[in-house]
Amino acid sequence: MGIHKLLIANRGEIAVRVIRAALDLGIATVQVHSDADADMLAVRIADEAVNIGPAQAAKSYLNTEAILKAAKDTGADAIHPGYGFLSENGAFAQAVEDAGMIFVGPSGETIKLMGDKAAARAQAAKAGVPTVPGSDGVITDMEEAAGLAVQIGFPVMIKASAGGGGRGIRIAEDAESFRKLAPQASSEAKAAFGDGGIYIEKVIERARHIEVQILGDGTDAIHCWERECSLQRRRQKVWEEAPSTALDEETRQTICASAADLARSVGYRGAGTVEYLYDDETGKFYFIEMNTRIQVEHPVTEMITGLDLVAEMIRIAGGEPLRHKQGDIGRTGHSIEVRLNAEDPSNGFMPFPGTVSALEVPTGPGVRFDHMLYYGYTVPPFYDSLLGKLIVHGETREAACARLARALAELRIGGLATTAPLFQALLDADDVKQNRVHTKWLEPWLETHGDTIARKMQTEGDTAA
Amino acid sequence: MAHEIKSPIPGTFYRKPSPDEPPYKEVGDSVAKGDTIGLVEVMKTFHEVKADGEGTVASYEVEDTDPVTAGQVLVKLD
Repeated sequence: MGIHKLLIANRGEIAVRVIRAALDLGIATVQVHSDADADMLAVRIADEAVNIGPAQAAKSYLNTEAILKAAKDTGADAIHPGYGFLSENGAFAQAVEDAGMIFVGPSGETIKLMGDKAAARAQAAKAGVPTVPGSDGVITDMEEAAGLAVQIGFPVMIKASAGGGGRGIRIAEDAESFRKLAPQASSEAKAAFGDGGIYIEKVIERARHIEVQILGDGTDAIHCWERECSLQRRRQKVWEEAPSTALDEETRQTICASAADLARSVGYRGAGTVEYLYDDETGKFYFIEMNTRIQVEHPVTEMITGLDLVAEMIRIAGGEPLRHKQGDIGRTGHSIEVRLNAEDPSNGFMPFPGTVSALEVPTGPGVRFDHMLYYGYTVPPFYDSLLGKLIVHGETREAACARLARALAELRIGGLATTAPLFQALLDADDVKQNRVHTKWLEPWLETHGDTIARKMQTEGDTAA
Repeated sequence: MAHEIKSPIPGTFYRKPSPDEPPYKEVGDSVAKGDTIGLVEVMKTFHEVKADGEGTVASYEVEDTDPVTAGQVLVKLD
């Protein structure tokens, strides 16, 4: 059961990425788009394009009916959801299958199971994966939960079971604040996600974010090693790399094997990521959640393993079993990805949509630029600010950093402010050079180094003038 | 004297702070300099639009959730 025509239910750089993978596999492509995206790059390179509605995502990219109609009208037999939008919506995955088409990703049931954070935690524990000390599933009795919070030690994180993207989280510093915040978090979760379920987890100070890429075919699962994504701003990753230099080989083997075990335990199908917090001081790691989709940072794994993860997920969706055994998945060198957003780092990362008035793309050995840009393209204000990702590969981390500096110096995107100067400044930071970072490192650093970035932007502007 | 309040940025215009709350201003309401008259969502972040003049709301020139461009007139004051 191969796929003949794939509809891409997304936009931006990931849509471009998926179309390229499909075309490389000899699969025809249909790109859906909103009124605001009629001239986006993905529309230009796809075989066909269908307008599915107004600029507002709720009326286009999140409109299941419009997407299914576009698929039927064009004779598509599969739908790739990319990341964001409907990618982790179990009901959408089910609706695609009910309409007689293939959803490129896990089953609706798996998405629902892993999307419920408390259930995913319980599943991880069942598969033998360590979880952050906290409640067993959703809290029902607030007094009992307060007792448990005291037992595991403050600060404690109160999280919405149905939450995501860093939303619906409260931190309680003591029992008194816990009693106040837990009911608040529950009613907020109810309002935002239609589900008031909350659970609690111990806050791990100075943790690193380590995540493992997995591939499963519904029967077996393998891992494709780990990525480190500790540099984050407002819980959003800005810089990702593979492998993590924070792990020793034994820990790497254990953490990666645990991710494959978890994927196998739920009969996982497709590409997915198991996320962990890693405590440098104790050497312990803890499961936090699973993302049941392709992720923004998948290219760093592709660079070190030589795999095409998007092509693999399309093949699996088409009915092929895993083509690689665990022992076949090697890794070479070091890769770093930085996210280029249309934001002005010298003005509080203010969004900066506009028209691309110049474009010089870095090339050369070990450099890859996954993006949605072309000369004259106007970036619309209606969606997220990700323009593209600059990915480099080198023999060592130092070589990759040098290559990133070189590639950033070659890159020119005229007409927009981007986050490129942030990465130039980060490359000069000793903590980044030595990889002495954690998930709460970047924000305080930005508070004290904002001026450096502004100066870099000034110099850049002077050079351009 | 008539005054126009323009959007400082492109994006999506909202008249209410959240879907369940009443609009910031209605036609006929008085507006002081610095009052919030709406929100513009740009690239998934929200920015309050503040009045740069004062008067009474004569009209809203765009509907709730309409796309707007930078410099587009949002509200006319009398």
